[in-house]
Amino acid sequence: MRILIVDDFSTMRRIIRNLLRELGFQNTQEAEDGNTALPLLKKGGFDFLVTDWNMPGMDGLTLLKHVRSDDDLKHLPVLMVTAESKREQIIEAAQAGVNGYIVKPFTAATLEEKINKIFDRIESAE
Amino acid sequence: MTDASPDLAAYEAKARELLSCIEAGDEEAVGKALDELTRLRETELFREIGKLTRELHEALKSFRLDGRLSDIAVSEIPDAHERLNHVIELTENSAHRTLTALEESLETLSSIGSEGKVLAAEWKRFRSRQLSATQFRGLGQQLDQFFERLESEGDAIQAKLTDALMAQDYQDLTGQIIRRVMELVKEVEDGLVSLISISAPRQAPDKATESAKSADKKKDDEKKLEGPQVPGQESESAVSGQDEVDDLLSSLGF
Repeated sequence: MRILIVDDFSTMRRIIRNLLRELGFQNTQEAEDGNTALPLLKKGGFDFLVTDWNMPGMDGLTLLKHVRSDDDLKHLPVLMVTAESKREQIIEAAQAGVNGYIVKPFTAATLEEKINKIFDRIESAE
Repeated sequence: MTDASPDLAAYEAKARELLSCIEAGDEEAVGKALDELTRLRETELFREIGKLTRELHEALKSFRLDGRLSDIAVSEIPDAHERLNHVIELTENSAHRTLTALEESLETLSSIGSEGKVLAAEWKRFRSRQLSATQFRGLGQQLDQFFERLESEGDAIQAKLTDALMAQDYQDLTGQIIRRVMELVKEVEDGLVSLISISAPRQAPDKATESAKSADKKKDDEKKLEGPQVPGQESESAVSGQDEVDDLLSSLGF
């Protein structure tokens, strides 16, 4: 399982990387915004994307839309971890095809729960 | 100043008149010509002051009419104050969370370490056949308890260190809040520059339109993303936590 973590704050990337490692996901890579993440994703090999929303350059929602409109990437599970907490935004992300939405600040348990839920749903759909 | 140039002709005429009066040695006429010159100078000064007054008046009027600037003064500066206070709170809480987790973990580790040392010494005595059968049974019990302790305290330390790790999320949250306050400071700066450009148009003719553009851009940005909610300033449509996010998403069929 290879995971890409996208956030403009290096501290947040580090927190998520460490939490994922505790959950047993060792193979992670990082990008600071959509512009750096998208080429990495297009190169292939990622099974899961964790992204922030508000980032300079390309934001997380735009990245999500790019992923969903790319034939090779459209089925990639995407978890959004963001401080954006307005209802309209959560709905917008849902409509754009996000698989999970976590508002910051969050707990390790929330991250684990959402990741498990996403993979359970993928497994039951297969 | 270019607007003053037509008056130079008037000055020249008066100056020539003054010179000819001096040459003619007519003191009374010299006095009169000097008075006229002074009056000419004063008239121009008053006109210049009048112009400055009008410009200042326009500047103040536009300052009052510019809704964005009054928004800043009335609500956004106090908001920024609260936001920065919230930053202090977040950093303080995170520092305490981290320190508590580290202090407790250090204490536990140090106590496990000293118990380990005692048991290691006993174990060494057993290996060199210095323990009686009864003493060995006692050591066996102690070791069982120690292993249990390692397991439970190990889990506890891991949980505490994870909490210390999570506490570092303040950097992202406060960073986003501080960026917003910096945008506001930039906007105030632009507003002040445009105010100066209205009162002294010859110095910076283009700044006013630039700042108007940046104010429009700011309004568009606000419609989009808000970043972390600040206590007391929550958006009406903001959810209050992860549970509400989950409810909202499940209502959408998630």
